Amino acid sequence: MIGGVAWETLGELTLRHLYLAGVPLLLGLLVSLPLGWLAARSRWLQTPVVAGTSLLYTIPSLALFIMLPLILGTRILDDANVLVAMTLYTVALLTRTVADGFGSVPGHVRQAATAMGYGELRRVVSVDLPLAVPVITAGLRVAAVSNVSIVSIAALIGVSQLGMLFTDGFNRNAMGPIVVGVLACVVLAVTLDAAIAGLSKVLTPWLRSGAGA
Amino acid sequence: MIGQTFQWLLDPANWTGQGGILAQSLAHLRYSFLALLAAAAVAVPIGLWVGHTGRLRWLAVNLTGAFRAIPSLGVLFIAVLLLLPRLRGEWAYEAPALIVLVLLAIPPILSGTYAGVQATDPAARDAARGMGMTGAQVLRQVEVPGALPLIMSGLRSAMLQIIGTATIAAIVGLGGLGRFLIDGQASRDYAMMAGGSIAVAALALLVDQVLALVQRAAVSPGLRHASAG
Amino acid sequence: MIRFEDVTKRYADGTVAVDDLSLEVPRGGITVLVGPSGCGKTTSLRMINRMVEPTSGRILLEGEDISQRPAAQLRRHIGYVIQHAGLFPHRTVLANVMTVPRLLGWDRGKARAAAIEAIEKVGLTQDQAKRYPAQLSGGQQQRVGVARALAGDPTVVLMDEPFSAVDPIVRGDLQAEVRRLQQDLGITIVMVTHDIDEALTLGDKIAVMGYGGHLAQFASPAELLAEPADDFVADFVGKDRGYRALSFAAPDVAVRPERTVRVGENVAAGSGWVLVADDEGMPQGWVDVAGWGGPVPAEKVRRFGTVAEAGASARTLLDAALSSPSGRGVVVEDGHLVGTVTADQVLAAMRREGHVATPPGSPEEAP
Repeated sequence: MIGGVAWETLGELTLRHLYLAGVPLLLGLLVSLPLGWLAARSRWLQTPVVAGTSLLYTIPSLALFIMLPLILGTRILDDANVLVAMTLYTVALLTRTVADGFGSVPGHVRQAATAMGYGELRRVVSVDLPLAVPVITAGLRVAAVSNVSIVSIAALIGVSQLGMLFTDGFNRNAMGPIVVGVLACVVLAVTLDAAIAGLSKVLTPWLRSGAGA
Repeated sequence: MIGQTFQWLLDPANWTGQGGILAQSLAHLRYSFLALLAAAAVAVPIGLWVGHTGRLRWLAVNLTGAFRAIPSLGVLFIAVLLLLPRLRGEWAYEAPALIVLVLLAIPPILSGTYAGVQATDPAARDAARGMGMTGAQVLRQVEVPGALPLIMSGLRSAMLQIIGTATIAAIVGLGGLGRFLIDGQASRDYAMMAGGSIAVAALALLVDQVLALVQRAAVSPGLRHASAG
Repeated sequence: MIRFEDVTKRYADGTVAVDDLSLEVPRGGITVLVGPSGCGKTTSLRMINRMVEPTSGRILLEGEDISQRPAAQLRRHIGYVIQHAGLFPHRTVLANVMTVPRLLGWDRGKARAAAIEAIEKVGLTQDQAKRYPAQLSGGQQQRVGVARALAGDPTVVLMDEPFSAVDPIVRGDLQAEVRRLQQDLGITIVMVTHDIDEALTLGDKIAVMGYGGHLAQFASPAELLAEPADDFVADFVGKDRGYRALSFAAPDVAVRPERTVRVGENVAAGSGWVLVADDEGMPQGWVDVAGWGGPVPAEKVRRFGTVAEAGASARTLLDAALSSPSGRGVVVEDGHLVGTVTADQVLAAMRREGHVATPPGSPEEAP
């Protein structure tokens, strides 16, 4: 027991939280990669794509959780609502960063790759994408941290994860579970953040050369 | 479900009167702008000071990141449990929620302001001093106008944060459009929940667009050209 | 008028930026501080308007110790131009140039008039005055920087690497413009550059600064080229200093009259190189009359060779002679032919006047 919460419960809720925040992170990345690439590629697609996706971010999360059953035809308690909402937020945050990431690839590098005979798709995957990794992972870290925080709000519509500790504590007028829940959320966010930072380092060995950037 | 939701939204009875959509929208706006003003009154001067002097830079840089990790719902409950027993009077129920709204809005404004001042062209700052501007003149005539785009961005993201948090603050008794979401759930009235959600989303979009217009009007066209080219 | 008295700048970490500098910048004219990067030239310049405070020693402006005047107030009376112009991006060109007059407390109308005058002085148009800096080219932005420094009617203007961020052609224009402005306004310009060519082109006096922030030599360009104080200066002034020195000698060369012909006029075969002029007597080019005679066809006229103005420097005269196909350099006055000179004549005149030493055993004077 910690703060009136059984370790087992805490573990279960943390796993649920990781699932609800983490899976959308991957889904969102898969969607924003092509979107961001499109935005970086064409000047006149950039404004609508970037502005359109960031518009999603203006919708308050609780409102989005409740509105999605209208569109998806799901039940209000369905995990799918939270997964889809979090994916949308991830796309909203990441599309701009992915576009910036692709935009940060030096033109001369791209031209050299094309001159050596890379096809467009192959060049994007094996030259542009690796070089855009530092910028994209920076955005991914922001999205991960904010996802973990937002997911907890889903407790208000009864989807279980660490946020349940908040409502539970509040209803029983008990500070313990709330504090445990907040701390668990922060630890989860920091861990995800560090994991992505580590992954980024592994993916970009050329940035580690002794002298630094 | 869609039909019922629209029926609810289109029913004039839900719009007018005490607790109607209009009244709750106004309440929501009132809380939000109040919190934004209070947060800006704290965050903008500190951000300007940090940016101008370069002191406490780590604070401005790390604050937004750290605050983003803190779940607003948890903080809201903690604030209510801590403060409610100590408060009296008609604001007793609203004060804890408002305090949380202000607290959560400070980091984005602070870091936006700081980053804006930092982004001032060092050559422009050097020229300003070299021409005989005092520190205050450099700040007012060069750094603040240059920082405006990022200050406004900070205010906009703070406002989104505030509107969202004010929505969930209905659970602790704050008025505003969040009431429909929370009360609808309590009475198992999905049409009310969904209708309220649509209203809140529309309000957030509207406010953001209005702030975007303010930003456009406030920022010098000279800076727009710079960012476009 | 600006006097450095035993000025030293030592930073907290112990590095000495300027080491015991004593120097008197004369009134009027352009004084250039030149040296490799890290020699303390920019620090020295920035001490004049108290952007940097000396660790010891003092600086006098018109006999008055500048540390006695409030820094901001002092700076408003000293023009300041920096490398990247440092224009305020949110203000129009006009508003940028109005900055110092407004800081001086002039009313809007007077400040505006002064700004417009300064903008016109640097060769920008009223239309450009309404634009924002981002809408101008780099060279135009630097002109705005100069206008902004002049608008408050300063007697002293400091320039820190003002032209090193613009391309060479624009740089040449700006240098000429600054020279003209200095003469028209009679102001004192103190300029920092790392480019010895710029220093030699613009400077009336040049302070060469060496590593460790000490002054290696303070002299006119001609002196610097003829008598570098030490190996460092000789090295810094460069390999071509013999040629460069030619720019500062204007030998009195007797110009020889040159016969000219017009296009279509008859010339005798075997006349060699003949100078072609138009009806006004303006030289057009050379024609080689070797194996032919008769009327001169326009297409045979070769516009080879540079042309020297009468009284030009040895460098210009020699260049005209060396670049001419006939070996005779064309000398003009207001575009009209005066005559021609040969390279030998120029060198002989230089020897006679003592610009060039005469080695023992050489003929005293060539014709």
